Amino acid sequence: MNKSLDTIAAISTPIGNGGIGIVRISGDNALNILDKIFKTNKNVFEIKSHTINYGHIKDDDQIIDEVLVSIMLAPKTYTCENIVEINCHGGIKSLNLVLDTVLKYGARLAEPGEFTKRAFLNGRIDLSQAEAVIDIINSKTELSHKIALKQLDGNLSSKIGELRDKVILMIATIEASIDYPEHDMEELNLKEVRSKSLELIKEIDLLIDGESKGKILKEGLETVILGRPNVGKSSLLNVILKEERAIVTDVEGTTRDILQEYVSIKGIPLKLIDTAGIRHTNDIVEKIGVEKSKKIAENSDLVLIILDNSKDLIEDDIDLLKKYNKDDSIIILNKIDLESKLDEATLLKYVDKEQIIRISTKEFLGLEDLYNKIKQMFFNGDLNISDEIIISKARHKESLINAKNSLENVIKTIDDGFTEDFISIDLQDSYKYLGEITGETLEEDIIDKIFSEFCLGK
Amino acid sequence: MSYLVDSVDVIVVGGGHAGCEAALASARMGKSTIMFTISLDSIALMPCNPNVGGSSKGHLVREIDALGGEMGKNIDKTYIQSKMLNVGKGPAVYSLRAQADKFKYSKEMLKTIENTDNLRIVQEEVIDIILEDGTCKGIVTLGGLIYKSKAVVICSGTYLKSRCLYGETIVNSGPNGLKTAMFLSDNLKDKGVRMYRFKTGTPARIDKRSIDFSKMKLENGDENIVPFSFTNKEEDIKRDQIPCWLTYTNENTHKIIQDNLYRSPMYSGVIKATGTRYCPSIEDKIVKFSDKDRHQVFIEPEGENTNQMYVQGMSTSLPEEVQIQMYRTIPGLENCEFIKFGYAIEYDCIDATQLNLKLEFKDIKNLFSAGQFNGSSGYEEAAAQGIVAGINAALSVDNKDPLIIDRSEGYIGVLIDDLVTKGTKEPYRMMTSRSEYRLLLRQDNADLRLTEKGYNVGLIPKERYENFINKKETIEKEIKRILKISVPPSEEVNRLLVNNDCTPISTGIKLADLIKRPELSYQKLSELDKNREDFSNEIQEQVNIQIKYKGYIDRQLKQVEQFKKMENKIIPIDIDYFNISGLRLEAKQKLSNIKPYNIGHASRISGVSPADIAVLVIYLEANKKN
Repeated sequence: MNKSLDTIAAISTPIGNGGIGIVRISGDNALNILDKIFKTNKNVFEIKSHTINYGHIKDDDQIIDEVLVSIMLAPKTYTCENIVEINCHGGIKSLNLVLDTVLKYGARLAEPGEFTKRAFLNGRIDLSQAEAVIDIINSKTELSHKIALKQLDGNLSSKIGELRDKVILMIATIEASIDYPEHDMEELNLKEVRSKSLELIKEIDLLIDGESKGKILKEGLETVILGRPNVGKSSLLNVILKEERAIVTDVEGTTRDILQEYVSIKGIPLKLIDTAGIRHTNDIVEKIGVEKSKKIAENSDLVLIILDNSKDLIEDDIDLLKKYNKDDSIIILNKIDLESKLDEATLLKYVDKEQIIRISTKEFLGLEDLYNKIKQMFFNGDLNISDEIIISKARHKESLINAKNSLENVIKTIDDGFTEDFISIDLQDSYKYLGEITGETLEEDIIDKIFSEFCLGK
Repeated sequence: MSYLVDSVDVIVVGGGHAGCEAALASARMGKSTIMFTISLDSIALMPCNPNVGGSSKGHLVREIDALGGEMGKNIDKTYIQSKMLNVGKGPAVYSLRAQADKFKYSKEMLKTIENTDNLRIVQEEVIDIILEDGTCKGIVTLGGLIYKSKAVVICSGTYLKSRCLYGETIVNSGPNGLKTAMFLSDNLKDKGVRMYRFKTGTPARIDKRSIDFSKMKLENGDENIVPFSFTNKEEDIKRDQIPCWLTYTNENTHKIIQDNLYRSPMYSGVIKATGTRYCPSIEDKIVKFSDKDRHQVFIEPEGENTNQMYVQGMSTSLPEEVQIQMYRTIPGLENCEFIKFGYAIEYDCIDATQLNLKLEFKDIKNLFSAGQFNGSSGYEEAAAQGIVAGINAALSVDNKDPLIIDRSEGYIGVLIDDLVTKGTKEPYRMMTSRSEYRLLLRQDNADLRLTEKGYNVGLIPKERYENFINKKETIEKEIKRILKISVPPSEEVNRLLVNNDCTPISTGIKLADLIKRPELSYQKLSELDKNREDFSNEIQEQVNIQIKYKGYIDRQLKQVEQFKKMENKIIPIDIDYFNISGLRLEAKQKLSNIKPYNIGHASRISGVSPADIAVLVIYLEANKKN
């Protein structure tokens, strides 16, 4: 049987004790199913599209829940199919009961991402937009949500379309000169092709650069807090968590010594990693933890080194600074509420003055300075993404890099003194790679790869 | 009243460029073949331009030759000027073009056909096909005669219900004043064949003695010529060449055309058929490119012993009196005398999406077709389809697997795939830009690509095939040898480099890397390579191209690999697209009509979007699993 013929259903709101929850049904049979399970004073087949209707969900005579039902008829719906959304009381039990009833009367449980897959397959959204839906669902911060929304809006697609138009124009010029050899057309200006390719590379570079930004906004800035025991690492973590909204708590997979938390500081998502105290040790168990910490520190985006301002630097501190201090680390002097005993002259041998931030986790002093410093270090303090197109998918980046490489080949071909037909081969490639982003170029298996990422419901 | 005259294997309807190749291929493959023509005087007729080849068309001719066709050999016998075009633009788009002696061209082709075993010519108008249970079983002539056959190939060119337009004057005739075929297209329509009406045109012919060549630019042929046929060597066919001439239109020409535009059947609405954008009439050029203050006009002889001169670039359907006035504004043509006037011709042709890649009708078994009847334009495009249709008709007689050339194997593959998959709404002209893999589909390696196929169907004689294998192996061996050679930074080497405007080397370098330098080539570096054998020009050229452009060729091969992956996803023949709910209605209709062989093929159908393809892929996957 044709899989895409049938009607699918799933719970489309996060599982939890929310006020209401939604069971969504999509497909030709959506109304037939509703007709069998919806107790109302209206005829479901005569209800106007895009209206909300009060009633009860029943199985035979048994009332299951009091609901509001939205009916949206094809094609102007999310999936371009008939859609019914049942707004239930949010308890997990009631939602599951309603879903079970829907499935009992002929719907199939949707696979992860299947609603969006249908929207894509029915031509309502293109590939990059479909991917945006995944991102919206998975977004951990307001900004990454915003980026995904813009992508769903099609701003990436239209940018890619613009780039492709420029490439095709170059191809057309070259092809015309080849296909009409004896026509006195304006001589093809290879210099112009070269400079246009350069311009395009610049535009693509901007998009690629944005990828790291997009990745940070999406996955969080990996931030590691280092310091010997009792300088206030955990206190800092706790203070930040208390002040800023913690987005996810308790991430699996780390050792007992390393704790990970997601926080949003001034809109920048941070993946905060608290490490076991780094110091010389002979204890084998602890040694493993320390080794791990070092590794994490080396791979992180941002290193915060905490020192105790109320004590002078000891060898462990200096060792830490020597090993982990990078130009873009932040040196935090904690406990400024106490008398300062730290010899700054010694400290300045190892760090730059600009790097230092003074705080007190106990008295909540200097935290704003710390936050501003972080914000300033990334994106130059500019987090306004309103006009930017931000690439947040590794797949997109790969296609962009391929497109760029092809354009670089074009330039190399021109510089090497090769002729038109060699230029067009790489222009064609670059056109093709750009099309991969929007799905206009269809390569093997790409679709399945993407949709396997989708989560249930939407 | 009907009388059964004969029963043969293959019948070819039409004796133009498509018909000749189809009939010769079929007969040479051992099938008894009859070729019907409306006039014995119009065999392989060139009613328009007097040349063969040109951009991408030259590729087609060489491919036809590699398959064992006749066009390349025939133009080699009858050319009067030869030129390799596009040489500045790279080897992939080198385009061979020859001016033909039209009269000789027809005569030589007729001679070949008359002397081919298994092949007969009959001068008769074919008016209908015999159709039994969806299978074509033969044809009926105007006189009511019946000829039965196991396959029929229609190559009726521009003759179906054709009419010629000279301004307000309309003549019901075929090209060049020949008889029109009035009945066949209606009878095909009755059998469910969808027809279009296309239009093409030709310029006037001028008396050579009335032209002042001193006002024109001389256009000579190349000194070293390349034969079209791989069986010929330059020295075999070298002869004195005849020049062409170049002049230009001017404001006066344009003004006369503008003032009389309302009398052009194209613009007055008399012609409703679709013309081609690719070789527009002079009226079209003036209207569409009004900012250009002049257009090129080439004066080309129609033959060696004739005063008829073809005026390329001045195709027109304006009234004859206007033609005289406007031609006479052109430098060198001030006193020109007309031998024949330019005209537009309208004719019936089919919607080629009714055909499969064999060039057989999907709904009428054993009925094949080729050439302008399929909506193409040009002698070379016609001949290319002709040979494929002829081969497949002959193969079908024995129920053998068809010959299908894919897009990565030849321009012929691109041409046929485009016609039957995308269809065409105007006369289809081959262009290099239609080929995705043209760096591999060069005119110089057509034999390496296609001789094997020609041999397998029986069109390439054993001796020629052995020579080909020998050539192929020699090239491969020589490339291998070159790749192993390094050159030292010696004085001798650097002297040669400097003499070729090339930077000298300071350390040893691979000979292959020197060949890759734009200033150098395999041939130019022979001095540094003492052990080199004395190879023919052809072999040297292959070795040079394959080494010099290796990086690009490898990139293209990668593209072909991607292409093949999609081509290998086969779609079952019995698939019902209307059962696949994710497909848009337009896609369902298009897919049901075209019946694509595989996913790659489906993705080239216009009106089928990438999203439709995704649906199809998922549907096929799901069905595979079940």
